[in-house]
Amino acid sequence: MTGPVAPHPRLDVEALLLDPRVHIIVCCGSGGVGKTTVAAAVGLRAAESGRRVVVLTIDPARRLAQSLGVRELDNTPRPVAGIRGRGELHAMMLDMKRTFDEIVEAHSSPVRAAQILANPFYQSLSSSFAGTQEYMAMEKLGQLKASGRFDLIVVDTPPARSALDFLDAPARLARFLDGRFIRTLLVPTRTTGHGYFRVLHAGLNFVTSTMTKLLGAALLSDVQTFVAAMDAMFGGLRERAEATARLLRTPGTAFLVVSSPEPDALREASYFVERLISDELPLAGVVMNRLHTSRVPAISAAQALAAAEASADAADPDVAMAGAALRVHAQRLQIAGVERARLAGFRLAHPRVPLVGVPVFADDIHNLAGLRAFGAELAAGTL
Amino acid sequence: MSVHRRPAGDWEGVRLHIVTGKGGTGKTTLAAAWALALASDGRRVLLAECEGRQGIAKLFDAPPLPYAERKLAVAPGEGMVYGLAIDPEQALLEYLEMYYHLGRAGRVLQRVGAVDFAATIAPGLRDVLLTGKVYEATRRRFGEHRPARTAARISVDGKTPADGYVYDAVVLDAPPTGRIARFLNVNAAVADLARVGPINRQAESIMTLIRSPMTAVHLVTVLEEMPVQETVDGIAELQRHRIPVGAVVVNRVRPEVLPSDLLRTAARGRIDTACLQRGLTKLALPAGEEIAARLAEEMTDAARIGVRQRRLRTVLGETGRPMYQLPESDVDDIARLYVLAAELRAQGVA
Ligand SMILES: Nc1ncnc2c1ncn2[C@@H]1O[C@H](COP(=O)(O)OP(=O)(O)OP(=O)(O)O)[C@@H](O)[C@H]1O
Ligand SMILES: Nc1ncnc2c1ncn2[C@@H]1O[C@H](COP(=O)(O)OP(=O)(O)OP(=O)(O)O)[C@@H](O)[C@H]1O
Ligand SMILES: [Mg+2]
Ligand SMILES: [Mg+2]
Repeated sequence: MTGPVAPHPRLDVEALLLDPRVHIIVCCGSGGVGKTTVAAAVGLRAAESGRRVVVLTIDPARRLAQSLGVRELDNTPRPVAGIRGRGELHAMMLDMKRTFDEIVEAHSSPVRAAQILANPFYQSLSSSFAGTQEYMAMEKLGQLKASGRFDLIVVDTPPARSALDFLDAPARLARFLDGRFIRTLLVPTRTTGHGYFRVLHAGLNFVTSTMTKLLGAALLSDVQTFVAAMDAMFGGLRERAEATARLLRTPGTAFLVVSSPEPDALREASYFVERLISDELPLAGVVMNRLHTSRVPAISAAQALAAAEASADAADPDVAMAGAALRVHAQRLQIAGVERARLAGFRLAHPRVPLVGVPVFADDIHNLAGLRAFGAELAAGTL
Repeated sequence: MSVHRRPAGDWEGVRLHIVTGKGGTGKTTLAAAWALALASDGRRVLLAECEGRQGIAKLFDAPPLPYAERKLAVAPGEGMVYGLAIDPEQALLEYLEMYYHLGRAGRVLQRVGAVDFAATIAPGLRDVLLTGKVYEATRRRFGEHRPARTAARISVDGKTPADGYVYDAVVLDAPPTGRIARFLNVNAAVADLARVGPINRQAESIMTLIRSPMTAVHLVTVLEEMPVQETVDGIAELQRHRIPVGAVVVNRVRPEVLPSDLLRTAARGRIDTACLQRGLTKLALPAGEEIAARLAEEMTDAARIGVRQRRLRTVLGETGRPMYQLPESDVDDIARLYVLAAELRAQGVA
């Protein structure tokens, strides 16, 4: 032990979800740490405390989706059955292609929209453009906020490959739309005559002919058609990306960084925390999920191991039973010890960031009862 | 005396090993251990990554890998693992130089942002370039034209292997399960989009290699609900695309501490706490009612996890794929890779 350490600030999730000034809670973190579970549990608990809540989930586990009633990807919030109390819980699962289609339909004439939707490049873009999922989550968030139907929106985020993905997607999209190559492709349809442009045009023809050689003419003209068709909408998309980015900076928003006590997850969580702080985004704190804890502090790991060894192959059924229990206890303590050491490092690195722990559950969390239990742990806040 | 042997073991004949799995389950770790296992006894294996994350360099504690093949680690018995971080932009330029002598065009395309554009708007094109490089390395033979800037200089002292291949095997740390089928099938899709031209031709040759018995896609998982589900779905999807599925590797396995007979009763929470209390007393440990009750809860937790893991193992077994197990390892450095490689060899991988 290294002497007294100031107590680490505890993240009060209960206060957060009851705070009427908080309208948006964003759960972010690296892959598989429990973002979707935390989002759903926070949403459920807020709803059962009387708030009108919508949870925007992304790729929930199949059984969780079933119990939330969001099996269908229809991009509309659906009421979740079985909520206790006067509040409401709605859930929706994000379908990025559908969201993208809706934007196209809302911003172009029916004929134009049909053209765009049928374009092979549009189809590739809307389902696999890097960052679309993040961008669409933000887009949908803006829409839900504007609808005014909910007093709390809980947002799940896709597994980030790096801390930056989710925060940077809107900006990246905007940058992409302003990209030189897109402009290059658009120029021929816009300029005529001027000497300067003729020189540029020669250069472009060279690029275009190389592209044609590589990709075939049909592909290139598909791209050009697509880019020209989308051009009109680009400004609108960019504006909305910026509006959503502003929404995230308002005091009504709170970010929860979810992590597990694994080295990779902790490293990512550190990046998230740093990034949120340096971007002046409202970080509420860190949820440290899946912690192993001891239920029996009276018996230490060393004691348990020694006794378990002494009882190995015991003929006495009492001793055999105690031996089995102690081996389980020792394994659990060993894991808990490793986690505690990692966590101590994380706390020292972020002494002012509030933290709350959630223990690892023996069963998968895939129904309302599981989420309720998870929410209770989150609110009680061990750690 | 020849030190140089072709890979023997469960994967004889497979030259391209593609490792996938749900994010964070151990793809990079397994790919590295698998490469070390295959490289044992004087073989040469290329370990490649393609997501721009420098995961391999981090794992081997090496400086970031350039877009060039570098010696990475010695394998037991004078084998060698080479590392490569494939970069799509560089791969495009190299490709243009190698096959079309289009050095200038390549640079122009890069300058106007065409490559960036292609990578963003049509990840398919990017994936063609990535898989294209893997294809090139897998089929590269001694004495043939090779990409001068990137290929490792490998001398074999006149003992050119009979089949002439530079690498005995290539192991790819690939995108996760959710994207793997699309990644590998991209060449079929691109061949449709770009109906003529060199990209089309290359796409078709790559697809032929990927669908051949020379390729195997291995899936790594841990014994948890979602990763196992993804593994099962991933196998089905790969099979639908006629891409050969290799092994299922269960990673991070901890020893089962509860004996089978106790597992079932404990999972139902039916533990004889009086018996437990007597046992604790006989072992001279604190044995209060409360302590016994809490210990019983811990046993129930462990038993439920154990029962679930057995069920998940059965689910994985039902896929019919060969299975390997890798233990949870406390060692946190390169030593872990050698331990896991030895484990894989002991289980017959190489
Ligand atoms: N505290 C916990 N104890 C036990 N299981 C948990 C706990 N938290 C989450 N899980 C389980 O872990 C799995 C992953 O959780 P979840 O889907 O919430 O993670 P995620 O961060 O959203 O993952 P992804 O990055 O893939 O979207 C789920 O099966 C969930 O039930
Ligand atoms: N057998 C093992 N024992 C202990 N830890 C392991 C084992 N295998 C992997 N890990 C740890 O799990 C984490 C994830 O492993 P790894 O990076 O190989 O996974 P990945 O699937 O490549 O992840 P990503 O999807 O982020 O690329 C790492 O911290 C690694 O050290
Ligand atoms: Mg999720
Ligand atoms: Mg990896």
